[in-house]
Amino acid sequence: MSFPRGEWLLDRRQVLLAGGALVVSLAVAAAETGSDPSRDSAQRPPLVPRELDSWIAVLPDSSVVAYFGKVDVGLAIQVAIAQLVAEELDVACDQVRIVMGDTATTINQGGASGSTGLELGGLAMRNAAARARAALLTLAARRLRNPVQTLEVTHGVVSVRGNESRSVRYGELIGGRYFHVRLEWNGELGNRLLVTGAAPLKRHSDYRVVGKSIRRPDLPDKLFGRETYVTDVRIAGMRHGRMIRPPVAGAVPTRVDERSISHLRDVQIVWHEGLLGVVAGKEWTAVKAARDLRVEWSSPAEPFPSQSTLYEAMEDAAPAASGGAAPLGDVEQALRAAATTIAATYYWPFQSHASMGPACALADVHADHATIWTADQKPHYVRNGVAALLGLPSQRVHGIWLRGPGSYGRNDGADAALDAAYLSRAVGKPVRVQGSRAEGTAWDPKSPASVHHVRAGLDASGRVIALRYHSKAFSRENIASHPDDPAQSLTGQLTGLPVRTKYVFDVPEEQYGFSSRELSWEVIPALLARASPLRTSHLRDPLGPQLNFASESFIDELAFATQSDPVQFRLEYLADERGIAVIEAAAMRAQWTPRTASSGRRTGELLRGRGIAYARRRNTHVAAIVDVEVNPRTGRVWARRWTVAHDCGLIVNPDNLRLVIEGNILHATSRALFEEVRFDRKMVRSADWVTYPILETRDAPESVDIVLIDHKEELPLGAGEPATRPIAAAIANAVFDATGVRVRQAPLSPERIREALLQRT
Amino acid sequence: MAEVKLRVNGKSVIVAVDDDDTPLLYVLREELELKNPRFGCGLGQCGACTILIDGVPARSCVLPLSAVRHAEITTLEGLGTPENPHPVQQALIAAQAFFCGYCLNGWVMTAVALVRDHPHATEAQLRTAFAGLKCRCGSHLSILRAIRQLTEAGP
Repeated sequence: MSFPRGEWLLDRRQVLLAGGALVVSLAVAAAETGSDPSRDSAQRPPLVPRELDSWIAVLPDSSVVAYFGKVDVGLAIQVAIAQLVAEELDVACDQVRIVMGDTATTINQGGASGSTGLELGGLAMRNAAARARAALLTLAARRLRNPVQTLEVTHGVVSVRGNESRSVRYGELIGGRYFHVRLEWNGELGNRLLVTGAAPLKRHSDYRVVGKSIRRPDLPDKLFGRETYVTDVRIAGMRHGRMIRPPVAGAVPTRVDERSISHLRDVQIVWHEGLLGVVAGKEWTAVKAARDLRVEWSSPAEPFPSQSTLYEAMEDAAPAASGGAAPLGDVEQALRAAATTIAATYYWPFQSHASMGPACALADVHADHATIWTADQKPHYVRNGVAALLGLPSQRVHGIWLRGPGSYGRNDGADAALDAAYLSRAVGKPVRVQGSRAEGTAWDPKSPASVHHVRAGLDASGRVIALRYHSKAFSRENIASHPDDPAQSLTGQLTGLPVRTKYVFDVPEEQYGFSSRELSWEVIPALLARASPLRTSHLRDPLGPQLNFASESFIDELAFATQSDPVQFRLEYLADERGIAVIEAAAMRAQWTPRTASSGRRTGELLRGRGIAYARRRNTHVAAIVDVEVNPRTGRVWARRWTVAHDCGLIVNPDNLRLVIEGNILHATSRALFEEVRFDRKMVRSADWVTYPILETRDAPESVDIVLIDHKEELPLGAGEPATRPIAAAIANAVFDATGVRVRQAPLSPERIREALLQRT
Repeated sequence: MAEVKLRVNGKSVIVAVDDDDTPLLYVLREELELKNPRFGCGLGQCGACTILIDGVPARSCVLPLSAVRHAEITTLEGLGTPENPHPVQQALIAAQAFFCGYCLNGWVMTAVALVRDHPHATEAQLRTAFAGLKCRCGSHLSILRAIRQLTEAGP
């Protein structure tokens, strides 16, 4: 094993606890899934996409295990996956158990990523299940001495049609053994992986399980305190690590005074370049050591502009990259010919994941192998990242995914995993790392700040003849959302690995049929190249809320500028039938009354208004209408009633889909109204729930009315993120309706609303 | 090293800690191997570490061990079982409340005290009782629906 060169201060005064009483094997049974107790491991085919056995197992009791290479971040995708598998295999949903994200038993399907769980991940699972059913029927035909086409299956029992006494259970056919059947594989790993089998898929009209609101099996375990989250894993010899992050961005330790914690028992210090951590026997001792250790830091140049000048600094910055969609028509010429032009600029801040708990991981590193317990939403990539950090082949590292705080993108999860691996290697013991609140809020990768310039040209009749939409922004991925390269982690960046950044942004996806259109972006360099607390990466619906806030606010501005109703205006220019359908469905359910100007009503001191926004995310369509109340004295906006129409193709589990849409609305409302990373010239200053406020129960809506549009003959599309997209614009449009004031900067916080209303008067 | 006697979920236990300023959260999790409460912020700002001290919800992450020596401590594990669930647990499962569930100790423990003390709590009382509790996944509405079932049906 190659240790990095550097300073190592391993405290020799440590006193190991006698008896190791804290060590229990509580979670080990759940954690050590490297071997497969359900089947005879001697016969096990390799874990490769082409083997049916990599996806489906049938146990002696005829129950089914499905190995899913994505994970559930909390939205209960495992229920929908079980439904797809149960449907094709003709078993009951509760006969299916889903194993998720364990690198020893599941294929890399990309982890939780881009709302592809059902759309892409589920497709592979469904195809594998259908192939397994075909294999089982072939075995049954032999056993029952009847051709396959005479057989039928109910709850895993194969019988001869019309003669139920002649039957055989799945478990009797193959229980505990391997299929040894090959699938076709498209050669991809990750999200795009697809396997197909030479087997018929069930006709959707025959679906019995898909489309039903199957309930979640994970909730009782969670509510009775029995679920093992990653934070709950304890293994023999485990120690507790805490990282010490720089007090200001870019600083590195220049001196570490180990005597400053000499009053604490059993503490080790690990220091290499910018990476500094402590390891202790007791968790609270580790917390205190991290708090009390006296460290002298370098004084780097101040990397950030002051927050009040952020958007000016962005406008002034030289772009590092640019791009956009293929232009339609000659926008420049059309703008020159226009009778009227309308322009507006919109601003969106840095936002934090601020996950419910700071990330936690446990690593057990040995000379030639390692195990990493992680709640990161991309466990296969974390496994690869840990392997690369340790210089081990990836197959010598076992990644075990367990539940953690809800994860909605590249949060602090991967950094904790690599930190834990680093500390475990340094001290030669298993190390559990859990971040502080500040590490989850100040030090997580951020959603990028952006400025959006939008300009439209109208002809003399008020027809829109040109639209130019240009974003200037930080990259969507200063660090990659796939944590398989240590240089993309804090661990790697603090220990000096070369920094590589991607300069990419995006354009709105909604397709309005303006006769000329130009959608473009410029990305500016990160403010601090290495280990920046403002480094950007994916947060739920990456770029969606900011792009849509600008584009759908502007659509409203255009509608009112042409004395059109915002619903009618959208319907007039949209060519996309499914977009039209969600807007019509939402407007009908909400009993939208047309308006061509701000129509707000005053009730007591409150101003009431209503707004709409529409979003397309890949092929999912959402229209959101919101009724808001604005208090001009306090600046408080309450998004009180939502009506949302949602089209994500085939609906697998309607009740759970409604909950997922609700979760999106609440999370996105929080981002639209409250969330903005605070920083000064030296450092991010939002570090907890006081300095980074989010939505509270008092701000939760009174009602959410959801219209689901189902396409029974199609495949399921993404739903984990699309309803996030139109929320901010819908609220801003409703605030305009209520107050007559257009707020073009997010979040629409009380201070900003008060200020905007004051400026009007 | 200090040994401290505690009452947790109806049982007397003795725990060994480095200092008796150790917050109760770390003792419950590390010494007693309870999975709940959970660490969310360590600042008393989110509720993920909520327990009941003599029936009153408290943030165990900022509660030093020395302050709870003679108290009756109840964690999520001590509330109910699948066979004999607490009505709050039952209502939340029925409503399919929560997503990741990492935050749930705060909501569950607060709701337990609320429905005990205010069995007919109004919507405003519900929302006020949950002030300060964080949920990042946006489970608020499903939680409110569940607890409303209890306060509207109450005895």
